[in-house]
Amino acid sequence: MNGVNWIRRNPLLWLGVALIAAAILLSSVLRVPETEQALVLRFQQPSFILNAYDPREDYAETGAGLGFKIPFVDRVVWVHKRVLNLDLTRQSILSADQQSLEVDAVARYRIVNPVRMHAIAGDENRVGELLRPILAEALREQFHKQAFNVLVSPERDALMNSVGAMLARSAVKYGVQIIDVRLTRADLPQGPSLDSAFDRMRNAREQMAVSVINDGNAQSKLIRDNAAVAAAKTYSDSFGRDPAFYDFYRAMQSYELTFGTSDNQRRGATTILLSPDNDYLREFMGRKPGQ
Amino acid sequence: MRDEVPGTVLNEGGPWGGSGGSDGEDRKKRGQARPGAAGPSALDALLRRGRARFGGGGDGDGFEVPRLGGLWRWVLLALVVLWIGLTSTHTIGAHERGVVTRFGKYIATLDPGTRWTLPAPIDTVTKVDVDKTEYLDIAAGGDGQSGENLILTRDQNLINLAYSVRWSRRDAEQYMFELQNPEETIREVAESVMRDVVARQTFDQVMTGQKQIQQEVAERAQDLLDSYHAGVLIQGVTIKTAKAPDAVASAVSDVVVARQKVQASIQAAQNYASQITVKAQREAAQFDGFYIQYKAAPEVTRRRLYYETMERVLAKSDKVIVEPRNVVPYMVPPPAAPAATQEPAK
Repeated sequence: MNGVNWIRRNPLLWLGVALIAAAILLSSVLRVPETEQALVLRFQQPSFILNAYDPREDYAETGAGLGFKIPFVDRVVWVHKRVLNLDLTRQSILSADQQSLEVDAVARYRIVNPVRMHAIAGDENRVGELLRPILAEALREQFHKQAFNVLVSPERDALMNSVGAMLARSAVKYGVQIIDVRLTRADLPQGPSLDSAFDRMRNAREQMAVSVINDGNAQSKLIRDNAAVAAAKTYSDSFGRDPAFYDFYRAMQSYELTFGTSDNQRRGATTILLSPDNDYLREFMGRKPGQ
Repeated sequence: MRDEVPGTVLNEGGPWGGSGGSDGEDRKKRGQARPGAAGPSALDALLRRGRARFGGGGDGDGFEVPRLGGLWRWVLLALVVLWIGLTSTHTIGAHERGVVTRFGKYIATLDPGTRWTLPAPIDTVTKVDVDKTEYLDIAAGGDGQSGENLILTRDQNLINLAYSVRWSRRDAEQYMFELQNPEETIREVAESVMRDVVARQTFDQVMTGQKQIQQEVAERAQDLLDSYHAGVLIQGVTIKTAKAPDAVASAVSDVVVARQKVQASIQAAQNYASQITVKAQREAAQFDGFYIQYKAAPEVTRRRLYYETMERVLAKSDKVIVEPRNVVPYMVPPPAAPAATQEPAK
């Protein structure tokens, strides 16, 4: 009862005490999400890690949730737990045969040792800044060993693996695990090499246009020739059965055509002189007996 | 029912806060009106009486403060109940999953329906849409290269590719907890895999084999993302445009024009071929027809054909029959000239 009265009498004091108590409570309790690792520093020295990354454990098994620390003595450094991307854009790289290539690369990494990361890099954002030049250097070194043809061919998978391995070796001391390194772009740089690629493509296509025309002409000639041969065969199969009759038959057709009896020709276009001895007039003259 | 337990606990704190505030006001009054020492206990008694009645007073004007305290209690209670009600029930849509974290720690994944959790500061529910298809366009001009997404092919040609990736979230927990930036990762994986696949094929193969490329890119991107435990499903990759760079466009159209010309000339050749084939077959069939008749009766058919033809020939011709020995016309039909003069008379 007395205590209550005392509080009533000195509400401001009470309020102050309550605030201090709340502050102590709040600064001793940590809410660690699944996506973060909490590195707790005691007197600026790494003391322990809450929710440290462990490849063997699933989420909810690595200690996320409420955590406790000594207020005002311990300080928390938050470290990403998820996989991070490290982008490297527009790197000019020379191949062994001095051709240049512009590449974009991305490394995926995870901070697996927050203590080491903190000791060397200070904070997580600096890790990326420190790794970027190492990645660029690794790319440059590995690519410079290879001919240009290899760089733009599927064999560069092996190359990327060795770049990844190189980066991984350096990254260990930052407490970082490299998951992979991949190229998102590998382009010819603007200028002579791009222009010469365009020229090559253009020439190839111009040649192609020419050869397309040539092939096409040859093909249509072949079609015509084949048809002519087939027609000739049809004729000879049919007419060859009796050359003498064909001769007669064809002569009849020919007379009809040449002496202008087709319907579109004017009557009287041809004058024919006939000898009475003509075979056609044989009956006209009257058949002589015995003939 | 369980959820009301923290409510009642909090409710006890409510009146304390309320009476604390009113106490402050009382002190002011006291200071002005009565600086005596007996005041506090009397007021205290009054306060307690007021609280016992839950502020339901028509006792007069002097008891406004306790009544207010009672009202606050109800308001606070209502607020707390409302807060608990609002933050502990979750409606998870048919296409959603709710990922529950308790003070940050993953607890469970909620299936569609109305679900209960502990109230807000304790449990947090993040809804993840696992059904919605997201589109990621990878096309012209991310940077430089005259607005083209140029990719090197195996024969060191360049191809301008624009494509899109359809994806959805397959596993809500993985999606939330594994990658810092899933969308960015999907883009990078797709670009990287597309370049790799295209680098294995010649320009012409890419132009003609787009279906296989789409499928291969989707499969390999899925494999990679699975290896990252991204919790992402690649539904498909669609190549929207695949063409030669603009710089060689005119040469490409030359080829197209050449192809069209060739197509036209082949068409013409085929027409010609079918014409002469039909003609040959028709003529052969005609000949065969006559030949059958001829075979049946050679001499008669021969003469018949001869006369029929001569009829047609001579019927339309002017005829002169001459005796070869004295070269005198035996019969003179009207010559061509009179025939011409007759014509206007018609």
